[in-house]
Amino acid sequence: MISGAYLGLFQAPADYQQGDSFRIIYVHVPAAWLSLMVYVIMAVAAAIGMIWRMKMAFVVAICSAPLGAVFTALALITGAIWGKPIWGTWWTWDARLTSELILFFLYFGVMATYHAFDDRKTAEKAMAMLCIVGVVIVPIIHYSVEWWSSLHQGATIFAEGGPRMPADMLTPLLLMIGGFMFFYGYALFITCQTMVLKNERKSRWVREVISRNHSR
Amino acid sequence: MNWSEFFHMGGYAFHVWTSWALSMLSLLVILIVAKRSNAKIKSELLRQYKREDRQAQQSSAVD
Repeated sequence: MISGAYLGLFQAPADYQQGDSFRIIYVHVPAAWLSLMVYVIMAVAAAIGMIWRMKMAFVVAICSAPLGAVFTALALITGAIWGKPIWGTWWTWDARLTSELILFFLYFGVMATYHAFDDRKTAEKAMAMLCIVGVVIVPIIHYSVEWWSSLHQGATIFAEGGPRMPADMLTPLLLMIGGFMFFYGYALFITCQTMVLKNERKSRWVREVISRNHSR
Repeated sequence: MNWSEFFHMGGYAFHVWTSWALSMLSLLVILIVAKRSNAKIKSELLRQYKREDRQAQQSSAVD
């Protein structure tokens, strides 16, 4: 499964004609996209955890936070590296960049909130509240390039009248986004498993699973 | 396109390759850290359970 996604990742750069700075798009856009998607998933998971008291939902939310933070950091850094030759500056306080930076701090806020409480139930609830409230940033980031005049270019894929990109450039981009999504799913699976085992170490089923896997 | 042109990236080699390297490196690091802590908790729990089993056996032997 993962190897399939990674084939897309490594095949992608091979099939273009022009070697130019725009190739950064193939890591910048997937990272930025995932930074938003992961936050939406966190907010949804947090809401599910709050409404239906589902323990697993909180685990998904809290395990997503560091992954989302890395995607956000990547989006900001690759954006800066891209901005330098194209805009002539690493950083400007424009709407898109600033709102993405706020998202970055939000991820850290979520992690800090969770770790600030000794009692896990309280920590989960506090963290979930922040996830849900913070989700307003997602549409702000998405529409920031339309609401405010910005150095950042407008939407490429979800533009009105279809994607503004030729197919041979768009296909690898979509493959990269797919690969990043796969990566997120896989990493989330591992980190969630780690956290569940840690949280439920006293329960009988964890004991059985661990012992059984070992004796095999 | 030949290899030297490919690495040159039309003059944007530094920008393109740093971005790519940084991204792939971060993903790799995430994966390694996640896998490690996963393996760590599994071996930790296994040791804990074995220890508890031994203790349970010893105390029942004493009884």
